[in-house]
Amino acid sequence: MAAAIRFRSAVALIGDFPVLAGVDLDVASGEIVLLRGPNGAGKTSLLRACAGLLPVSSGRAEVLGHDMVADRRSVRRQVGLLGHATSLYDDLTVEDNVRFAVRAAGGRRDTVTPSLERLGLAGRLGRVRVGQLSAGQRRRVALSILVARDPALWLLDEPHAGLDAAHRDVVDGLVQEAAARGKTVVFASHEQDRAVALTRRIVEMAGGHIIAAVEPTIGPASPPATISQPLPEPIHVA
Amino acid sequence: MWRDALLMAGKDLRIEARSRVAANQVAPFALIVLVLFGFALEPDRSFLTQAAPGLFWVAVLFCSLLAVQRSFAVESADSARDGLRLSGMDPAGIFLGKAGAVALELVGLEILLTFGIVVLYGTNLQGAALLLAAAATATIGLAVCGTVYGALAAGLRVRETLLPLLTLPVVAPVLLGATRAWEVALGQSADDGWRWVILLGVFAVIYLALGVLAFGALLEEA
Repeated sequence: MAAAIRFRSAVALIGDFPVLAGVDLDVASGEIVLLRGPNGAGKTSLLRACAGLLPVSSGRAEVLGHDMVADRRSVRRQVGLLGHATSLYDDLTVEDNVRFAVRAAGGRRDTVTPSLERLGLAGRLGRVRVGQLSAGQRRRVALSILVARDPALWLLDEPHAGLDAAHRDVVDGLVQEAAARGKTVVFASHEQDRAVALTRRIVEMAGGHIIAAVEPTIGPASPPATISQPLPEPIHVA
Repeated sequence: MWRDALLMAGKDLRIEARSRVAANQVAPFALIVLVLFGFALEPDRSFLTQAAPGLFWVAVLFCSLLAVQRSFAVESADSARDGLRLSGMDPAGIFLGKAGAVALELVGLEILLTFGIVVLYGTNLQGAALLLAAAATATIGLAVCGTVYGALAAGLRVRETLLPLLTLPVVAPVLLGATRAWEVALGQSADDGWRWVILLGVFAVIYLALGVLAFGALLEEA
């Protein structure tokens, strides 16, 4: 299978500090890979480097066939990153945010409503300003954008953070479905049980290095979970 | 590029329509500036009438700083700028869209300020063609120049104080040109007002070109 990500001795700096200190990594198309390691290990930096947001200053780095050292912008439209921040506009409604993000990325407008429905954001909640939402609801809006864009490479940094159990199941389902459609998923999560159940390969990081790649000790999770009926949505007023 | 510019301008104007920062904060600020100038200078109306073009454009200048700061503050909150970068939008389109939204907000404020100088300073409006041409070129100049420096300052912790420090000296030609052109239009000077409009146009074109070419790099560095 073709490599979606290929890093060789990749170094990335923030100031003078090497947040990636010679990373070697191969991820095949359609693979789900979990990045694991303590805080400061370089997981977020690796995800940002894959998205082209963090420059690789030396070594080789290719993502979806794009040379990230020579040109890290060209891959971005094919990549979706769910980071610690949700990259949303507080003064726009949920629907406005998703619609803008999808159109900005050159996506199809008809993907907006199904993605909102999938994350339980359709209806009244869709017309609420994002600034009035709870942290978990904001995260679902960001996930909804990812679902609507459906990029070739999904980069998820703590995708379960702030979500209730039902929506964590939805995230797991989305990841498995994406991989089933041939999308590549690389994610970091401290939700060990869930994360390990999703993946077939775990990459251990420490100090900006990849120190091991192991197979999970338990198998992939049961079939993707979905919410057939949207949950009642209490609106958190900030 | 144009599609991205329209999308970006639409998004920024929608944020403004929902948050009403320009309507509820910048516009009152602009009017307060006019009133304070009236207090600070002589209450003699003839002096205020003479000084009206300069006071008008100083007020517009201050408002442009607030509009630009707001335009980039919404991108800094919650790392929205990362979302923009990941969208793959044309940086030149983002620049044109942001500058266009700032320019439209300034046009609204200028209409309000024009009423302000008529009512408060007793200005008699005349020379409409020159007034409008100078206002249009000065507004574009302030918007594009402010957007370039707004992007430059956006990633820095001291952006709120740095933006005026970077922008005010650079836009001095706009203040000078627009004030002189308006003085001519209002019959306060016998100078050739269109020369000043040309200066304003050249300034706008230079910063428009600079923004289109450099905004990608500025967005990456911010």
